Amino acid sequence: MESLSNKKKVLEQKPLSFMERMYLPAIVKGMGITISHLFKKEATVRYPEVEREFSTNFRGMHSLKRDENGRERCTACGLCALSCPAEAITMIAAERKPEEKHLYREEKYAATYEINMLRCIFCGLCEEACPKEAIYLDGPIVPADYLRKDFIYGKDKLVEAPLEMKK
Amino acid sequence: MDTGFIIEKFILVAVIFGISLVIAMYSTYAERKVAAFLQDRLGPDRAGPFGILQPLADGVKMFMKEEIIPTTSNRWLFIVGPGLALLCACIGTAVIPWGTPIEIGGKTIPLQVTDINVGVLYIFGVVSLGVYGVMIGGWASNNKYSLLSAIRAASQNISYEIAMGLSIIALLLVTNSLSLKEIVSKQHGFWENGWFTWYFFKQPLGFIIFMVCSFAETNRAPFDLPECETELIGGYHTEYSSMKLGFYLFAEYINMFVSSAVMAALYWGGYNYPGMDYVAVHLGPTWAPLIGTAVFFGKICAFIFFFMWVRWTIPRFRYDQLMNLGWKGLIPLAIANIIITGVVIAIIEKF
Repeated sequence: MESLSNKKKVLEQKPLSFMERMYLPAIVKGMGITISHLFKKEATVRYPEVEREFSTNFRGMHSLKRDENGRERCTACGLCALSCPAEAITMIAAERKPEEKHLYREEKYAATYEINMLRCIFCGLCEEACPKEAIYLDGPIVPADYLRKDFIYGKDKLVEAPLEMKK
Repeated sequence: MDTGFIIEKFILVAVIFGISLVIAMYSTYAERKVAAFLQDRLGPDRAGPFGILQPLADGVKMFMKEEIIPTTSNRWLFIVGPGLALLCACIGTAVIPWGTPIEIGGKTIPLQVTDINVGVLYIFGVVSLGVYGVMIGGWASNNKYSLLSAIRAASQNISYEIAMGLSIIALLLVTNSLSLKEIVSKQHGFWENGWFTWYFFKQPLGFIIFMVCSFAETNRAPFDLPECETELIGGYHTEYSSMKLGFYLFAEYINMFVSSAVMAALYWGGYNYPGMDYVAVHLGPTWAPLIGTAVFFGKICAFIFFFMWVRWTIPRFRYDQLMNLGWKGLIPLAIANIIITGVVIAIIEKF
């Protein structure tokens, strides 16, 4: 049938010419190409010693942030859990006591906060949903483990380390 | 035959055997390194500096692995196969002259295990015997793929042996001798009577045919159809495990070493190099032969590198292409080469 786009190209199969049937010229050419790669820089990254840098918009393990006074920012509003398309986030809210003011920024805080890393698809919607700028997917790759229960990360793994206060 | 002679030969055999094993061992390492470098990678670099201990690690792995002999196999032949392959690969080194006779403590020792006057034929015999290891192993495995692979190996070797033998006949017209020692010593130096002494420059076509055939004889790419993974799983060593598999792989590398040595000896002057007379005069009869041997090993290593270089460049032939090339390409060429050589020699001798 006539081609409408006129882009169709019928491949012609010609019998090999004498030079092609000799194989040798093509082989020499190919060997020239491979030997030129002997002098090129290798693409290998020696992984355990050298790590390739992530791109700037890489989304890795979550971290729960603290504010400038070292208090947890999360107020357990549940918007992250609501926005999560994979249903990976759960939390239990609790009310802050007066003596805990230096620990939590808002009056309500997350007593437990769990992310199931096997469910998480690292879409970053929790990050976008958070009104308190408390969760970011700025960590490394989530490491492998043996048991399913070990992939449910609690606050012990998620909350970032307290800031070193400058005196 | 005195005891000294036996001890001398025994030491020489042990040294050559050791060297060929070490070279085969490090060929496996070199193969992976060359492959890596040609593909912009690094290759093994974890075991020791630059991965130099990798062959040892591989050897330990091979010995430690579970040895499986299929219950349906022919147990006796299954065990004989790899041994035969390795044996045939190793005994080929016996007739290769590694250097000019060396003088140690007033005693002249030839650096060749035995100078039989049909050395070239011996090498042919041993190399073609090597395919029995593959055939027996493949047949004894009682596995369709192994059997197919064994048949391929056998027919491929038979086809290419003819072209190889014919290309050698043209060389023998020039050398007038079948003894490897004489063939090499006739290539003395580098330049004589207005032409190169090395037989490559007298038999370039013969060399190319010989080289292509030795690729096929050693089952190396692009003629590694017996172990064509996409069609035959692992080929004749599909059922093999542990050190028996190791023997097959080892035999392949020793074969490569032997055929590199044969090519270097027959066509590239063996232990001869430009300016060897000057060196012989100045260094004396102990050190000069050693330098010649080193040069010879340099040539062998260059050929081994070439084998690897080709392997990582050219895709595998299809089986009909392989047979076409062997029977319709190389054999007529080799015969034409014999005729041309004969005519040229007749003209040179007449005028």
